[in-house]
Amino acid sequence: MTPAHGVSLLGVTKRFGAVTAVADVDLELPAGKLVSFLGPSGCGKTTLLRIVAGLETPTAGQVRIGGEDVTGVPTHRRGVGMVFQSLALFPHLSVGENIAYGLRIRGVDAAARRRRAAELLDLVRLPGVADRHVSQLSGGQRQRVAIARALALEPRVFLLDEPLSALDAKLREDMQVELRLLQQRLGITTVIVTHDQREAMTMSDLVVVMGHGTVQQAGPPLAIYRSPVNAFVAGFIGSTNLVPGRPTGPQQVAALGGTFRVPGLPPNIDGAVTLSVRPEDVVLHPGGAGGENRVAGVVTFVRDVGASVETYVACAEATIVSVATPKDRDAVHAGDTVTVELPAAACVALPA
Amino acid sequence: MRREDRRAAGAAAGLAYPTVMLGTLFAIPLGIMVVISFFRKIEGGFYEPVLTLDNYARFFTAFFAQNLVFSLWVSALAASIAVAFGFPFAYLLTRLARRWQVPILVLLLCVLSLSEVIVGFSWSVLLSRTAGLSNVLVWLGLLEDPEAWSPSLAAVLCGLVYLAFPYTVLVLYPPLARLDREIVEAARTLGAAPATTFATVVVPMLRPAIVAAAVLVFVFTLGAYLTPQILGRPQHWTLSVLITDQAVYQANLPFAAAMAIFLAVVGLGLVAAVLVLARKRGNAA
Repeated sequence: MTPAHGVSLLGVTKRFGAVTAVADVDLELPAGKLVSFLGPSGCGKTTLLRIVAGLETPTAGQVRIGGEDVTGVPTHRRGVGMVFQSLALFPHLSVGENIAYGLRIRGVDAAARRRRAAELLDLVRLPGVADRHVSQLSGGQRQRVAIARALALEPRVFLLDEPLSALDAKLREDMQVELRLLQQRLGITTVIVTHDQREAMTMSDLVVVMGHGTVQQAGPPLAIYRSPVNAFVAGFIGSTNLVPGRPTGPQQVAALGGTFRVPGLPPNIDGAVTLSVRPEDVVLHPGGAGGENRVAGVVTFVRDVGASVETYVACAEATIVSVATPKDRDAVHAGDTVTVELPAAACVALPA
Repeated sequence: MRREDRRAAGAAAGLAYPTVMLGTLFAIPLGIMVVISFFRKIEGGFYEPVLTLDNYARFFTAFFAQNLVFSLWVSALAASIAVAFGFPFAYLLTRLARRWQVPILVLLLCVLSLSEVIVGFSWSVLLSRTAGLSNVLVWLGLLEDPEAWSPSLAAVLCGLVYLAFPYTVLVLYPPLARLDREIVEAARTLGAAPATTFATVVVPMLRPAIVAAAVLVFVFTLGAYLTPQILGRPQHWTLSVLITDQAVYQANLPFAAAMAIFLAVVGLGLVAAVLVLARKRGNAA
């Protein structure tokens, strides 16, 4: 295991003509951790990854790997391994030759190349296919070959651009687990670009949520899930209920025709706030029992997906979605009048 | 059953059109030429329909055999040079911004519209002693006195490569434009410098296209009969020049036909050998 190298991005900006793809990004990617760049398409996440790889030159700013300034270092001398969205396997080479390509460029002899290719195929749990042609492999197997090839030169940083987007749902989940285990075993600093928030949440040590070319929030997955800094992040990481409100006193917000206690409400805030409440935190009480943080509503739609039930409730100004496991709650039906409770501990105040 | 019959009739009709076209425009003229190649030339006249192998026998003399080898050699050389220049050119062209690619492709198409005669005489002027490029070298102090570079074998090759270059680029451009950029980038992340990437990934991946372009230029230059006359000495005249000479100036159509058929058979044989070899290497790789 090689010592892990962290990556620092300092004031990185990338403009393509009049379009700013990445705007003044400062980011520390800790050594040996798995970081995901998460965001909708066009948010600049792939551009940022390509800047780390040296495939794009930043318009301004600096890239450091292991403390060393690599901004002007070309890709082929940067010591990064990358898995591309198209996988980009060489169609004229066998599986083993694909994996050993970097070693061949370095002048490693054929016997050592074969040994190393076999070793890497074992690592990605795909032994004995070194002599096969790339076109003879399935999508999942090609994925593993691309990963093995990117790791062959023991890179300082391991970069993956939407690596699992071409796989079907079941295979994708398996590969997520496997990739995470592999990363932890090797202890290599890894960056994964993804638009799948579930993938980012389940795999990463650190999630970087990007939007409009900037970092919206960076932190451990649960911290971002529990305390999003704005409505964009709250909406992108998991689903959430966003409720417009108006502060009326310390820890008091008027919303949905009622008053809510919000312990996290910043003092000295006037005007408007947005309350974010996760659907799984919303409690529905059949009938009309008043109390703290409760308002009345009418059930408009019930979606039963087996493992959980989603209930849509029309309140004064907005529709609140509640998610619960069927055995947890009493059954409600469309048209029922219910009381919606947004527990104080679950209410997050965001800038409106 | 009925429907199948109708479908079979439709398929037959679909096949009929290309068959008729190929037959009337290609097979029949070729057949006539094959037949004529076995006829006998009448001194001072045309030819008479008497079957003879004399035309082919005459071909197997040292002079014509040497000329055949020379013709194949010149075409192979022209094909190699055209691909050696055309492939990097086409590759760099696909990496340019779109707004530059189109004008350059249009320019190449313009070159195609020039006649072989114009191109030949332009090169003969460019390579001449009195008005040619050597005067520029003299002016730059690189050369003592202006030199005549034409007629020569190099001049013939210049002319042939110039004529074949647009075809080479136009054949290579589509596969190069389709090349997945991420594959080139993948090689870069694996430690290959741009030139190494070109040699170890781009060229081997596009071997079929390179072979196709080389074969096209080879066949194309094999038929060139004006350029060797304008830019070469008599010893640089290829078989196509001799065929023209026999057919047009000596009025010996049977012998010209025999030579043309022999050239076509040898040329196609070589092309087939190259294609088989390329496929074998492709499978081995």
